[in-house]
Amino acid sequence: MTDRETDAVSDFIELEDVRKVFDVRRKKGFLRRERHEVRAVDGISFTVPRGEIVGYIGPNGAGKSTTIKMLTGILTPSGGRIRVAGIEPSRERTKLAHRIGVVFGQRTTLWWDLPLIDSYKLAHRMYRIPDARFRENLDRCVELLDLADLLAVPVRQLSLGQRMRGDIAAALLHDPEVLYLDEPTIGLDVVSKARVREFLRDLNATAGTTVLLTTHDLQDIEQLCKRVMVIDHGRLMYDGALAGLHEIGESERTLVVDLERELPPLDITGARVLRVEGPRQWLAFPATASAAPLVTEVASSYPLVDLSVREPDIEAVIAKMYADRAELG
Amino acid sequence: MAEHAPGAPTAPGAPGTARATGVGGLAAFRIIAAMWIRSTMTYRFSFAMTLLANFVVTFFDFVVILLMFTHVEGLGGFGFAEVAFLYGTTSTAFGLADLALGQVSRIGRRVRDGTLDTLLVRPAPVLAQVAADRFALRRLGRVSQGLFVLVWSLVLLDLDWTVLKVCLVPLMVLSGAGIFGSVMVAGAAFQFWARDAAEVVNSFTYGGNTLLQYPPTIFARELVRGVTFVLPLAFVNWLPALYVLGRPYPVDLPESTAFLPPLVTAVCALAAGACWRAGLRSYRSTGS
Amino acid sequence: MRLYAAVAAGSFRRHATYRVATAAGVFTNTVFGFVLAFTFNALWDERPNLGGYDKPEALTYVWIGQALLATCGLMGGGGFAEELIERIKTGDVAVDLYRPADLQLWWLATDLGRAAFELAGRGIVPMAVGALAFDLALPGASGDLWRWPAFLGSVALGVVVGFAIWFLVSLSAFWLMDGAGVVQVAWLCGLFFSGMLLPLTVFPGALGEVARVLPWASMLQVPADVFLGKYTGWGLAKAYGFQAGWAVVLLAAGRVLQLAARRRVVVQGG
Repeated sequence: MTDRETDAVSDFIELEDVRKVFDVRRKKGFLRRERHEVRAVDGISFTVPRGEIVGYIGPNGAGKSTTIKMLTGILTPSGGRIRVAGIEPSRERTKLAHRIGVVFGQRTTLWWDLPLIDSYKLAHRMYRIPDARFRENLDRCVELLDLADLLAVPVRQLSLGQRMRGDIAAALLHDPEVLYLDEPTIGLDVVSKARVREFLRDLNATAGTTVLLTTHDLQDIEQLCKRVMVIDHGRLMYDGALAGLHEIGESERTLVVDLERELPPLDITGARVLRVEGPRQWLAFPATASAAPLVTEVASSYPLVDLSVREPDIEAVIAKMYADRAELG
Repeated sequence: MAEHAPGAPTAPGAPGTARATGVGGLAAFRIIAAMWIRSTMTYRFSFAMTLLANFVVTFFDFVVILLMFTHVEGLGGFGFAEVAFLYGTTSTAFGLADLALGQVSRIGRRVRDGTLDTLLVRPAPVLAQVAADRFALRRLGRVSQGLFVLVWSLVLLDLDWTVLKVCLVPLMVLSGAGIFGSVMVAGAAFQFWARDAAEVVNSFTYGGNTLLQYPPTIFARELVRGVTFVLPLAFVNWLPALYVLGRPYPVDLPESTAFLPPLVTAVCALAAGACWRAGLRSYRSTGS
Repeated sequence: MRLYAAVAAGSFRRHATYRVATAAGVFTNTVFGFVLAFTFNALWDERPNLGGYDKPEALTYVWIGQALLATCGLMGGGGFAEELIERIKTGDVAVDLYRPADLQLWWLATDLGRAAFELAGRGIVPMAVGALAFDLALPGASGDLWRWPAFLGSVALGVVVGFAIWFLVSLSAFWLMDGAGVVQVAWLCGLFFSGMLLPLTVFPGALGEVARVLPWASMLQVPADVFLGKYTGWGLAKAYGFQAGWAVVLLAAGRVLQLAARRRVVVQGG
């Protein structure tokens, strides 16, 4: 009994061989329909200890949102075992609701026609947050997310970034122990993204809130998560540090150089030319290597006008992982 | 900066146990409905105008019956006061059900646009959250006009009132609201499987309400049997009201069936609740 | 013009894909048709020739009403109002206002496509069921056959009037907060003054005189009377003129409101 409890604390989120199978009916001809099974999540196991920030990434339709929906109790898994804070989400949805915060990036939980503050007042009563605690949490969120001027504004008049900040605050007023974020930075401008990231980092550091976020933005992961999980076709492809992901995927960064004039493909050690277009050339080099020696070499040997480094995107990393696996076996 | 950070467990080891259960359905309904009332009240002129206009136009429904009676003495052997009594009882019952549960018919739309998910992560019953959605005071219009016509008919009716009959009037209105409400919830649950079929429910709710405004004697016998034995709408008012009016029911049934509405309501509510839970379970296992 | 034809055709096709919704609508129209037909039946039992209709005509009137209920937008929102109001409330309408296509014509084309589908998809079956269950006065004799195309012409005008009313109602969302409340008022007014619940010819005295010249009469009363052969020759032309007149007036009013709305959007920036 005691062992179980300590387990529940150290492994706050537990998934064991979790599956989710959807029955999809596709139209075939006028009335005929074809049934087939889609394994949205196909046997995923992982644990997340309290206080960790984990990135959960993968291409569209990989099963990210389905996993989040199972973790929050929206969807019932078709198989396997899930525990969040020792609770089985699908069975004790409302009990769990008090202990988790959820932010859907593309779907606000705020009240569209009402001033932002009203959504918070609703949470206050719906979650039965003690008055003093509510005020304390609200003040803190307002300060850190810079919401003071927005509280009286109807949600529909907020910009995407403002609304996202508002949504994050709404998800935190009841002191959740874990925060799920589904694409929290999607569609946000650079400043808003930075502010959201900074807030999450701070939240995790000071309150010890566990954070699980799905994203398409590799920068979210780089700036927030020590640990990253990659899911594709419903399976966990990778679970570990971001650096390790680059190594496994042997992903490459790209150095884009603008030269004074058109030249034949450059000859630089540790990089290969991907593409030449007039005076511009694209050079690929391993993501784990530093760009500095390359830049020095290019600048000393060729007439360089401008250059930039492009980070690999998640899709590219995953594509690379696939290619390597196929080669292996 | 506040010492306490949001997200920090209140009491390490046993966080959240003190408030482990969510607010009840009624409390959730009250909280959400109050929010909607407040939001519509912020624009007072707009609020007052639409409220007034709604009160006026809901009366059109009854004006139709008034107009009919400018041409005829009776419909199906029933006089004006008797038809008004039928109208008043069903309209009040329907109005009450619509006030509390009318919005559940929007569930199909919520499933379609995915906003149902946001309700599922809140610590309150989904049915209460959906029912209270877009709560509007203007929907009191239907209730008040129903009550108005009911009172008017009671003034006009010349009946031998007994204690039983007097008690039966409020009883049938409340049970009737329960029956209509059950149909609304069951119909909404049906939308978990057939998302676009929202309109079918209208034929039983709005259609049923219109049907029950008129005496059963004008309808085909099969139709009357159908709403007595299959979908028990006749228990909203026809059976009890005809007992109060001292008239025979066109389908041969013992007189005591006039007192069945509370029982019928209970059965309907249980069935509707089961449908709703099954629907929600199906949604949560298919996610679509 | 080609653009709007394409929009209308697209809208027709879009509605044709809503098979379940169409089936649900047919079912609902049939149920409502039965309820109303029985009440009319009782009424005309008491007063044959009420409102200038004999009983088969009165029952035909009921089923025409059910056929046109969705087509002419007599039912809450007329098929597009809710969508347009939603766009206004979310501010998406700003995009529409600055599209090269005209807002009113765009939605009119959409609505015409929808109406064409709903007349076929939701009108024919309830009418056929009604004809099987009751003795109706359908134009069948060779001398009457012209009434079918005449009816379609009147329905087309009724659809435009219905659209024009719902367009006005929708644009009111720029100024009134409770869009759903306005829709409900418009809907109940429409049901009553179109003659859906009771033919306007049965309305007594001044109320009847007023109701028969209001725009809603174009949406059911006039098409039904055309179908029942109450208008011939010059009378038919006048009936069309009445409908077309309201269509022009209401579309023009919608145009004015649209300009005011655009100015408002410019000032408020969305």
